[in-house]
Amino acid sequence: MPIKQQLKQSLIIAFWFMILTFPIMVIKVNTIQNIIVFRWFNLLWVGILTFFASLVWNYFLRRTEAGKKKDFEDDTPLIHRLLQNDRFRRPFLGLVAAFFIAYPFIFPMYHTSIMISALVYVMLGLGLNIVVGLAGLLDLGYVAFYAVGAYAYALLNLHFGLSFWVVLPLSALLGTLFGVLLGYPVLRLRGDYLAIVTLGFGEIIRIVLENWDEFSNGPRGIADIPAPTFFGHQFNQDNTMIYIYFIVIALVLMTIFFVHRLENSKIGRAWIALRDDEIACQAMGIDKFKTKLTAFALGATWAAMGGVIFAAKTSYINPMSFTIWESITILCVVVIGGMGSAIGVIAGALVLILLPEYLRAVAEYRMLVFGALQVIVMVFKPDGLIKSVRKVYTFKTSQEPQQEKIAHGTHT
Amino acid sequence: MEPILNVKNLTMKFGGLKALDDVSIAIEKGQIAALIGPNGAGKTTFFNCITGIYDPSMGDVQITPPGKSTQSLRGLKPNYVTERGVARTFQNIRLFHGMTVLENVMIGRHCRLSSGIIKAMLRPPSQREEEKKAVYDSYEILEKIGLDKYVNEMAVNLSYGAQRRLEIARAMATEPFLLLLDEPAAGMNPKETKELDDLILWLRDNENLTILLIEHDMKLVMSLSDRIHVVDYGKKIAEGNPQEIKANPEVIKAYLGEESDDA
Ligand SMILES: Nc1ncnc2c1ncn2[C@@H]1O[C@H](COP(=O)(O)OP(=O)(O)OP(=O)(O)O)[C@@H](O)[C@H]1O
Ligand SMILES: [Mg+2]
Repeated sequence: MPIKQQLKQSLIIAFWFMILTFPIMVIKVNTIQNIIVFRWFNLLWVGILTFFASLVWNYFLRRTEAGKKKDFEDDTPLIHRLLQNDRFRRPFLGLVAAFFIAYPFIFPMYHTSIMISALVYVMLGLGLNIVVGLAGLLDLGYVAFYAVGAYAYALLNLHFGLSFWVVLPLSALLGTLFGVLLGYPVLRLRGDYLAIVTLGFGEIIRIVLENWDEFSNGPRGIADIPAPTFFGHQFNQDNTMIYIYFIVIALVLMTIFFVHRLENSKIGRAWIALRDDEIACQAMGIDKFKTKLTAFALGATWAAMGGVIFAAKTSYINPMSFTIWESITILCVVVIGGMGSAIGVIAGALVLILLPEYLRAVAEYRMLVFGALQVIVMVFKPDGLIKSVRKVYTFKTSQEPQQEKIAHGTHT
Repeated sequence: MEPILNVKNLTMKFGGLKALDDVSIAIEKGQIAALIGPNGAGKTTFFNCITGIYDPSMGDVQITPPGKSTQSLRGLKPNYVTERGVARTFQNIRLFHGMTVLENVMIGRHCRLSSGIIKAMLRPPSQREEEKKAVYDSYEILEKIGLDKYVNEMAVNLSYGAQRRLEIARAMATEPFLLLLDEPAAGMNPKETKELDDLILWLRDNENLTILLIEHDMKLVMSLSDRIHVVDYGKKIAEGNPQEIKANPEVIKAYLGEESDDA
């Protein structure tokens, strides 16, 4: 686009914004003197800012377009290239490991606590990634399973005295069970309908928890949920935090491990195929409904385990922790991080959860920032921060007989 | 001997429209059969009824897999039809665009693999062995179809002709005995069409397949087919070998005014 046309477009956009924001930015009613104040300076600012913002926006947009054409071959994200390169993989992973091990000992408790939250979101994100990113089922009620896990620990502990370590595996089973139970009736729906119904289900679970007083203690919630013990030993408050931190780290590693295996198995491929084309998928002999149900149920499994951690960490839960906003936040983690990309989801969770905690000023406008971020990511990086890459297989071909090391079917 | 595919009095109604009206077609083992007819005649609908994507309003679809007894496909879901050995390709290419060429073929292996979720998570030796074999088998199929140089390409990046071949490779991966091809040559250049011709013959002769294809390219149809079935407005109007079909006045009338490819 020639520069003149660009300027013209930006001018129009600036003008449009000036009209759009006129009522809130310019007009102000002074209720004491009962007069209307016109703040014309604001109008000028809006105009100038929008004008330049639009120019910058266009510039980046064109760069993305150009990049798409040029780098058709190698658009593998940097981190994947690092991980695929044998020379860098070990040092890189070593550094990451060292950082996360040292973290709770270097930083004050407050930071450890925040990091635990972020890591729980990594688990939730990886779980939801199975449902949304891989299987392509838009689930807006994911938080329901998170609540199932949290309440499972709180209630089983309250009534039966079951410990954290007993409830954790139990909650995984419960999550799966709830996934199947909720998924069974709704997974016949597609796309938007599924989204709306899952949203409804999520709210139903929360409303039940809020109103069924005898069962869940209603809006008052459940307090004094014990922290996990270490072979019967109870740590003091600070050490408990560190202990939970390492439990979460272990769980996150386990999640990554299993989700990665699932992704590169028969069932994982079926999920992606289902997301890409339902009819072709069925014609390939894949049971559509069963495949969707497994995705839904397995996603729920991780959510429930995340819920147990959450309950153990905060020691107090009430239904307000499980609103639709929680579902939306987890969804943002997946979408902004990169649908179907485990590394992307991890990055997404860390960025989206840690940033608002540290930028307290922004925290107020969390949803606004998420929204803006969403738009920016969708426009400039439609595959998310770190997009998913597919596994590459190498084969011994007749032209390269000297490549003895790489056998049929092994992958790099 | 029983025909390998026996479609009896198939009728498919969409509201008031009879897309198929009492169509009966039988296909013998080892045949290359063609289903032709003008646009909108109901050919794709016929495939959809066989493969369980549509549930026909009336009639029956029976198959007799080699060495097995006759069974009905009526009312089966598409994935069970595939499991029973009937594979298909699509007129409007339906590849999995988020996957590589190899993975597209591996999806076809899905119904022949046994490892479930638990095994996928724990990866016991049996599962590893099976996965490795699935990769190997899929690669072998790609070699046969001549797409092995694209194994790790994303499926969307292939040329149109290669995408159509990949659809065939993917269908082959399900180990069918009957292959249904919906306009496999559409969008191909003459050279690609010739290669397709060879491929279809090769599939019949070396993979022991029976093939039913829908095609508008009359040259291809006439050279390949042992038997041709013609439908028009949902009704079957003729059946015979290429010579008979060429001379059939009904068929000529149906195609009259139509720019068929050999006209
Ligand atoms: N799902 C559907 N709902 C309603 N009508 C349909 C449906 N599918 C097909 N039809 C109608 O049935 C008729 C036959 O369509 P079909 O796709 O089988 O034709 P075809 O022979 O494959 O044509 P072409 O050569 O153009 O592919 C058409 O009139 C079409 O509009
Ligand atoms: Mg058709």
